[in-house]
Amino acid sequence: MCCLAAGLERKIGIDSRIMNQLTNHPKLIQFIGLLVIFSLLCFFIAPSETNVLWRFPSLLAGLPYLINDSVEYLMFDWWPIQVYDPEIEEFEEKPLILQVTRAISASILFLIGLIREIILGGFKTIVTFTSWDFVSENKWARWPALPWTVVAGGAILLGYKLQGKGLAMLAGFSTIYLAVFGQWEPSMQTLSFVLFAAPVSFILGLTLGIWAYKNRNVELTLNPFLNVMQIMPHFSYLVPVMVFFGIGDHAGAIATIIFATPPMVRLTVLGLKRVSPEVLEAGMMSGCSNFQLMYKVLIPTARRDLLIGVNQVIMQCLAMAVIASFIGAKGLGFNLLLSLNGLRIGEAIEQGICIVLIAVVLDRLSLAWANKKTDYFAELTFIKRHKYSLLFLVILVAGSVLAYVGTFIFREGYNYLYIVPHNKGITIKDTLQNGVDWIWDTFFFALKGFNVFLIQEILMPMKAAYLSMPVAATLVLTMGVGYIIGGIRSAAIVGGFILFIALTEWWDRALITMYLMSFAVIVASIIGVTVGTLCAQNAYTAKFILLVCDTFQTFPSFIYLIPVIMLFGVTDTSVCIAVIVYATVPATRYTVEGLRSVSPDLHDAGSMSGVNRLQRWIKIELPMSFPHMALGVNQTVVFALSMVIIGAMIGTDDLGQYILKALSDKNGTGNGLTLGLCVAFIGLAVDQVIRTWANERKKVLGLA
Amino acid sequence: MSSSSPITQDTQPVIQCNSVYKIFGDNAKKMLQASKGNVDAKVFQDAGCIVGVNNASFEVPKGDLLVVMGLSGSGKSTLLRCASRLTDATAGQIFIDGEDLLAMSNKRLIELRRNKMGMVFQSFALLPHKTVLENIAFPLQVKGINTHESIKRAKDMVDLVGLDGRENYFPRELSGGQQQRVGIARSLAVEPDIWFLDEPFSALDPLIRKEMQDEFMRLQGVLNKTILFVTHDFDEALRLADRIAIMKDGIIEQLDTPANIVLNPATEYVRKFTEEVPREKVLRIESVMDPVDTSEVLSDLKVSKDAIIETVAEAVLGQEKPVAVIGADNQVVGAVHSSKVIHVLFGSRAGTENRN
Repeated sequence: MCCLAAGLERKIGIDSRIMNQLTNHPKLIQFIGLLVIFSLLCFFIAPSETNVLWRFPSLLAGLPYLINDSVEYLMFDWWPIQVYDPEIEEFEEKPLILQVTRAISASILFLIGLIREIILGGFKTIVTFTSWDFVSENKWARWPALPWTVVAGGAILLGYKLQGKGLAMLAGFSTIYLAVFGQWEPSMQTLSFVLFAAPVSFILGLTLGIWAYKNRNVELTLNPFLNVMQIMPHFSYLVPVMVFFGIGDHAGAIATIIFATPPMVRLTVLGLKRVSPEVLEAGMMSGCSNFQLMYKVLIPTARRDLLIGVNQVIMQCLAMAVIASFIGAKGLGFNLLLSLNGLRIGEAIEQGICIVLIAVVLDRLSLAWANKKTDYFAELTFIKRHKYSLLFLVILVAGSVLAYVGTFIFREGYNYLYIVPHNKGITIKDTLQNGVDWIWDTFFFALKGFNVFLIQEILMPMKAAYLSMPVAATLVLTMGVGYIIGGIRSAAIVGGFILFIALTEWWDRALITMYLMSFAVIVASIIGVTVGTLCAQNAYTAKFILLVCDTFQTFPSFIYLIPVIMLFGVTDTSVCIAVIVYATVPATRYTVEGLRSVSPDLHDAGSMSGVNRLQRWIKIELPMSFPHMALGVNQTVVFALSMVIIGAMIGTDDLGQYILKALSDKNGTGNGLTLGLCVAFIGLAVDQVIRTWANERKKVLGLA
Repeated sequence: MSSSSPITQDTQPVIQCNSVYKIFGDNAKKMLQASKGNVDAKVFQDAGCIVGVNNASFEVPKGDLLVVMGLSGSGKSTLLRCASRLTDATAGQIFIDGEDLLAMSNKRLIELRRNKMGMVFQSFALLPHKTVLENIAFPLQVKGINTHESIKRAKDMVDLVGLDGRENYFPRELSGGQQQRVGIARSLAVEPDIWFLDEPFSALDPLIRKEMQDEFMRLQGVLNKTILFVTHDFDEALRLADRIAIMKDGIIEQLDTPANIVLNPATEYVRKFTEEVPREKVLRIESVMDPVDTSEVLSDLKVSKDAIIETVAEAVLGQEKPVAVIGADNQVVGAVHSSKVIHVLFGSRAGTENRN
């Protein structure tokens, strides 16, 4: 009897503790309630094609056609103007947009061609100013290529001038690698593409950013577009660009610019806003005109953020190098795509390294360029002042002489001192391929076992679970989460995004994308937070891991596909692992940044209260840095989504695959854009919830 | 520094503010018109407006140093920004050398700033991407002076503020005091007539602050600019000012010489500041001297009537006879008795007040 009473008491004690917990955390009750409703809905809604609550009717199925029709009308019927046609010597009626896009295409093609021919030589630029007849009659009218030795020398010199020996060595190693491995021509094609797209994106982004900074309405208008554009998959731009601009380097460049500009706009606005008001006032009191204020005070002061923008632009341009090759951009990306399609991994590794090297060198050069300083005191002679220009002239002459000498050495075949022709350099692709084969042979069973395990035990059940959710239940769940975290507004926004997807005919595909994404995000976050936490314990390891993150972020996204195909072949596992690796980078970075930003005073306060390391982590560091880490998870979602879609290249059956299909469809514009919007909306829904929560939390903690 | 000379009528003040208002908010102008100049901060706040400066009037004659003192949120920095037109005053008139500042075109304003005004900021506001020399040369280059010439002039400024050897440092490589020296040098590079200083030494350590104040006094002794100086530090105001304007909630509570403010605080608020101030550090001999009594035998020691009591107290108290006080032209203008100096040093506050 006595025992029973004690037991009862204990039970009541536990109950009351739980009750306390619940009343202290009203949101917890809401969440539990939400989960109960969700389960009930899942249980009671019958999975049948006729049940509206199971799958909504695709009311938006007509949207792609509507988009197609509008695009077609815009391109071929809208606003006809009179255009003089020199061939039939008559005025003809042609639609305005078509003329505009043709003109843009032509000028972009000319500029890319110009840069390309300065490096690689050619005659098309000369043709533009004269005629084909002139060029074919005059054999001398041909722009010579810069010998690769000159480009390499120039890169070394630039690296040395901007930073010093280290960068010079990196630049030298990279350019020589490109030449020696016979990737010179495609590399320079890619480079010329970047040298055109990056400055244009930079200027465009800067201009829009300044405009948005000066005018609040512009900023408010631009914001939603930037949100969608940044999260929309690369592929879905390609179709409309193709329709408007056709196929070729120029179309690739335009797609690249569209993709690379938004981060630049973002960072410009952010950077300008962060300039301290006193610096702005100091500029005004120095008597700056508006122009001087912008270009001499605001922009240089915001340099850090703008540079990150430049960096992002360059990275995006290189990331697009492969993707743009789908619509005809030439260069390394195109070759890499071919190698990957043909499963020639050794070759792909070689080409991948080229792209990475170009990315790293451009990244470092652009950073160093912004940090250089001038010395006013040295009384410099002419030679000293123009030291580097003169040195470059010397290199130019020496390289040309060397190339000329080369014509005598390599009497037959190729002049290796002038230009190393494509695929005629040294190659270790066979060795690499053998290595890959060896890995395959040796670890076949282990890899295969892992592969089968992952697919059968984790991925397939998870996919099935996602697909067995009734759409009504999903909608209630997401809106409920939105409501609990951000109130009616968040619920409406999230609900709107999900409803849009649910009303298209691709809801099932979207569920597959979500499953791939959420699996990758969960794993990436666990790895990222763990690694980040371990490394953040110490200043050196923290610095080291941030450097690693920097380096990994420099790699264009599709590079990650090479090693996973190498290990797991063309399977869902490959996609998953590539996504996880790619998405772990932001998770780790934000964890380290969040933990390191916890003020040392708090550490000391903790130590004096007698906490041990684990307690400090749990009770002090984690709560303080959690909002920042949540933003990291947000980035992880964005990264994962973009990689999942790129994963379509090695075969998935989600939205990405359909976007890829839209590429080869004549009327793919509508499908491509609508699918792109679906992907973007998944990301934006998650973004809305996490960002709202993180901002609220930061306010509570007094961090914002 | 010139002493508390009264504003002479024939010379025009360099800065003149008449009933300046600055009210932040959407319909500030309308509300101000409705209130007919009688601004009640509470009423405005309920309407969503914040009163920054409320009916401020003052003049700064040539070569004078006016310190605007107030706690944070008192509107002192806003007042300074109105006078330099970094913000537009909501109402009132501001004249710079007799020219209407608020009616100026943007072009004329830029011209004025390029030639007549210099400003020093609390957080230094140096351009992070420019070296010391480039920062100082910046206002000159903005004016269109070529690199060679502007750098040469900047070099002179570097010497003036004692930063030689650090010309090619970036701001981030300098200490706070050094950064502010750059800020000062930059504000002086165009040789302005009017010098605005917005809490220039507030962000510095006490020791460095003292050093910078001395440096500032030395510069002002050489340059003799017309100065509007904002601070929240009453001691700093007393040390530097020819005249002090004490602000509270946007209103100038009292505008007078340091001695008068300490001796005759106009409001309760001002009195709180002055309570703790050691009088001997503020008052000049002039305020404790007696008229010349020919029957009295004076000591051989002579002190200037402008001398701060603290600096001469020991010498005066060491004399057995009263000490002669001399004016600017070395004529004896009065005598100071040690009893009065002792009063200032050790006497109660009541005693000090009685004398006036």
